[in-house]
Amino acid sequence: MNRKLIAAAGIAGIAALVLAGCSAATPAETGPVTITYSNFISNGGNEDNLAKIVAAFEKANPDITVKVTTLPYDSYGTALQTDLAAGTEADVFDINGPSAYGPLQTNGVLAALDGVDGSVYNTALLDSYATGGVQYGLPTSFSDVVLYYNKDLFDAAGVSYPTADWTWADETAAAQKLTDAAAGVWGDHQPVSYNEYYKVLVQNGETFLNADGTKVAFNTPGGIEAAHWLVDKSGTTMPTIDQGQGTADFDTNLFKDGKLAMLHTGIWVFGSFADTPANWDIAVEPGNTAVANAVFSNAVGVSANSKHHDAAQKWAEFLSSSDDEVNVRLDSGWELPTIADTAKLNTYLDKGKPANRQAVFDAAKNIAPAPSIGDAQSEMQDIITGELIEAQAGRETVEQALDNAETKINALLAG
Amino acid sequence: MSVSTAQTSLVDRALPTIATPPRGRSRAVRTRYALTVLAFLLPSAIPLALFVLGPMIAALWVSLNKWNLLAPMKFIGLDNYAKLLTDPGTGEVFLHTVYYIVGYLPLVYIGGLGLALALNTALKGRSLLRGVYFLPVVTSWIVVALVWRWLLSPSSGVVNTVLGFFGIAGPGWWTDPTWAMPSIILASAWKDLGFVMIILLAGLQAISPDMYDAAKIDGAGWWRRLFSITLPLLSPSTFFVLVISLINGFQVFDQVYAMTGGGPNGASEVVVEQIYDLTFRYGKAGEASALSWMLFIVILAVTVIQVRGQRRWVTYG
Repeated sequence: MNRKLIAAAGIAGIAALVLAGCSAATPAETGPVTITYSNFISNGGNEDNLAKIVAAFEKANPDITVKVTTLPYDSYGTALQTDLAAGTEADVFDINGPSAYGPLQTNGVLAALDGVDGSVYNTALLDSYATGGVQYGLPTSFSDVVLYYNKDLFDAAGVSYPTADWTWADETAAAQKLTDAAAGVWGDHQPVSYNEYYKVLVQNGETFLNADGTKVAFNTPGGIEAAHWLVDKSGTTMPTIDQGQGTADFDTNLFKDGKLAMLHTGIWVFGSFADTPANWDIAVEPGNTAVANAVFSNAVGVSANSKHHDAAQKWAEFLSSSDDEVNVRLDSGWELPTIADTAKLNTYLDKGKPANRQAVFDAAKNIAPAPSIGDAQSEMQDIITGELIEAQAGRETVEQALDNAETKINALLAG
Repeated sequence: MSVSTAQTSLVDRALPTIATPPRGRSRAVRTRYALTVLAFLLPSAIPLALFVLGPMIAALWVSLNKWNLLAPMKFIGLDNYAKLLTDPGTGEVFLHTVYYIVGYLPLVYIGGLGLALALNTALKGRSLLRGVYFLPVVTSWIVVALVWRWLLSPSSGVVNTVLGFFGIAGPGWWTDPTWAMPSIILASAWKDLGFVMIILLAGLQAISPDMYDAAKIDGAGWWRRLFSITLPLLSPSTFFVLVISLINGFQVFDQVYAMTGGGPNGASEVVVEQIYDLTFRYGKAGEASALSWMLFIVILAVTVIQVRGQRRWVTYG
């Protein structure tokens, strides 16, 4: 056999492969366009609800097709960052709250959204995604954290239901009465984490950072008391880490199984509690010296590199403010729409379990501001959560944990 | 053209004769030879250059910059290296990685050797068993990690439940800083056992039965045969397992990410987990690239030492 021929054919074949890889053609802008949308908001139970909104949008805009990619919440940030670094991000993508919006806007990856009718949005939420008077993101939903309680367990233990006037002391007293170790019933559950800690600090009249954001401000008697509030439940009224506390879905499953009397979590689990036989309701979280609640919002942005900016912005507006979107959200008990029209929102109050839906709006009246420190945000959150868990597991005292966290985070803030 | 019909094993006894380019012939012959060699090399050389060499050089450049993946890079020279070398956290993650290797390597080698020896006998159903023991090797780490997390769950896990029958209070495993790394080592050794077994099995089958017959006639017992025949003749396979396991050990990531995420509070944070966190969670891709290069240099040094040292104990044929 002719080796020269084999060699030549081999080289030619490989060259063809390489060249084919290099010549990805860019589609011309003609007539119908397809835009991509990368999201986490529908992951874990709301995929069909998002599909309904997409269908309504495509019906209203026959020349635009929306290609949806849904990613899990945990890995969404990593995936987005990788896509942005590689320039392969979707035309429209979710922004996980104002603390994620900050770095994205500063680094210039978001397109300015001109001509948005701001009057249809809740002003406070809309403003969280504007910089220098220019809108770079549109809020799609908001949610807050409330206190869930199992009425059956409260009745059985003869404890009166939580009210808006409750303080930490009332919650502790009730939790102790409700905990029945022999029956495997626990009184309370609140995650030991950064997202809880910055909020309970405000509930105790403290703040996470000092006024100019250069140092932490939580290592005070009030801050220590707040950390005790989170940590001390473990092993008394709440299961310990060794008993499974802190693993995914542990708390919500315990509540669904009727083995948990009180649960601190977001309104995003309404849907998954719908089929629970237990008789449950919600209340605004008790504070200690002040009422303060964690309010979270999600937004969408349009990529600065999008080749279909107009179509992308159209979808972003539809997804954040159209009647179709509002109705799907209210009907399904997904997170709340961010519209200004309270008349539309009022229908939400009569959508069934939980009965006290007013608490969702009441909680949003007293917002605990979330600290935002730019690129070092995740590292700061990891430090707080890590140290609080050391205290929870009893490997450090609360005081040691806060000392360590203070040293590490101040070093981080100093750059 | 002749095709060798001699039985070949995974680890060749004798080095193959290296073909030499034809000498003293015309230029056309030499060119044709060069093109032939090139044609055979390209299919692996091109992907290697595109997906390994290219990114490595790119990472070297990134390591000299400050970069959060979003904003343009800013050149800062060797600052990333200086920062890593003065940060006590860097020593910690290397220490955790070495801890992993020191725990994992003896476990997986002795376990793999035991399995290979057992399955090299005329055991009934040994083909099935070989397949069964290899199964974890081809299973996704995420699946294995979830199963092991559950097995080692402090309150409801199988391991602690069984320990409880014997009156032993099991530890907190992956929830306890002291036990997080042993948990990872245990799961890793279990998963890789089949790989080591297959390599050693191939080595064992290449040892001529005549050797054992001769030893038996001379009155050598089982242990004597193991230490004087099996282990020395298995040394090329052992060497291969050692080199591969050390390189993989330094790059341990999947199981750490899926089982503990480096926790609790950094107790099982290994080098690659740190590289991942720095890049994707903490917006420090430059520092992460510098750490990647430091890891590369460590692995290269360890491998060079091993290859140099093999003369002392590896017997070929």
